[in-house]
Amino acid sequence: MCTVCGCSDTVLVGGKAVSHDEAHRFGLAHHHHDPAAGPPVALHFGRGAAGVSVPGLSQSRLIEVETAILSKNDALAQGNRRALTALGVLALNLVSSPGSGKTTLLCKTIAALGDAPLAVIEGDQQTSNDADRIRATGARAVQINTGKGCHLDAQMVGRAIDDLRPLPASFLFIENVGNLVCPAAFDLGEDAKVAILSVTEGEDKPLKYPDMFTAATLAVLTKTDLAPHCDADLDAYEANLRRVNPAIEVLRLSARTGAGMTGWTDWLRARLAAKS
Amino acid sequence: MHEMSLVEGIRTIVEDQARAQAFSRVLVLRLEIGAFAGVEKAALDFAWDVVMRGTPAEGARLEMIDLPGRAMCLDCATLVEIADRLAPCPLCGGGNLLAQGGDEMRVRNMEVV
Repeated sequence: MCTVCGCSDTVLVGGKAVSHDEAHRFGLAHHHHDPAAGPPVALHFGRGAAGVSVPGLSQSRLIEVETAILSKNDALAQGNRRALTALGVLALNLVSSPGSGKTTLLCKTIAALGDAPLAVIEGDQQTSNDADRIRATGARAVQINTGKGCHLDAQMVGRAIDDLRPLPASFLFIENVGNLVCPAAFDLGEDAKVAILSVTEGEDKPLKYPDMFTAATLAVLTKTDLAPHCDADLDAYEANLRRVNPAIEVLRLSARTGAGMTGWTDWLRARLAAKS
Repeated sequence: MHEMSLVEGIRTIVEDQARAQAFSRVLVLRLEIGAFAGVEKAALDFAWDVVMRGTPAEGARLEMIDLPGRAMCLDCATLVEIADRLAPCPLCGGGNLLAQGGDEMRVRNMEVV
């Protein structure tokens, strides 16, 4: 039998019997696929996915993988978490839509925390404006520009941590890219996600973007000084936050007037104390 | 979301597995996607062909397996399955549901040669 195709030794070419080797050598159309060539003379084992047959094995094999798509990111995030925990650093991932006032809140928070050691990682697609604003307060800050990216990932944050070298028992604020969708899925190694929600955004925002508010430990309702001017119903904001995440903590504040800032700094200090 | 970077994550898994398990081609790759994973399946499918070009999974079939969203109902203290994050408890109709999974994005297995 032919080892190339499995044909028998003699094949029919145009109705004439020739030796199979000859048929191959001269490239003659000789094969068993031709119905005129009579009954099938060959069983082909080489046409499966593998191109070869091994008794007892199917041509393809199944590999159980069971690996999370973001497993690389998750492993890097765990590395960040271990390093930060060893130092007693409280890391908070601040998430929100663009324009909620994350950077303003951070600047005021830095002032309110006095000389507590802290560092800031700023994430934006472009510009170092936010890191410049933070550095103007005297705090240490690193800007990450994601280019086309819609979120920070654990690798970027790991690099920034290496650059910043946070002090033991300090705060690390990570201001994520303004985006209520993608950052929800990317663990950075933080202790908690804090969702910033300004009262100009609409009471139903938690219902529209439930993934992010489900992932957050704390929601900070900001710009409360503007609430009367835009008919914002703060209780409705809270009810909708709890609708998507019954366990979420909620604080209300105005970074501009300072109202409610003590509750926020108390929360931060208590979390840091619990960590170290 | 960012389906292109998710598919790039799958490509890394495929390439790692191809080295570790010594295969040359992926025929089928099965993904598990939770109802709360925030993944747009059509966008994932779209990115698939583009990102897998030149890898062992070029031309492979992508199968997506839906996993249900699960939540603990704080009103009737039962673990229930819900279709979306805002759905009420199917047992008691309550709205105090704490998500308990359903955000999976996992490569379950691959058929390879």
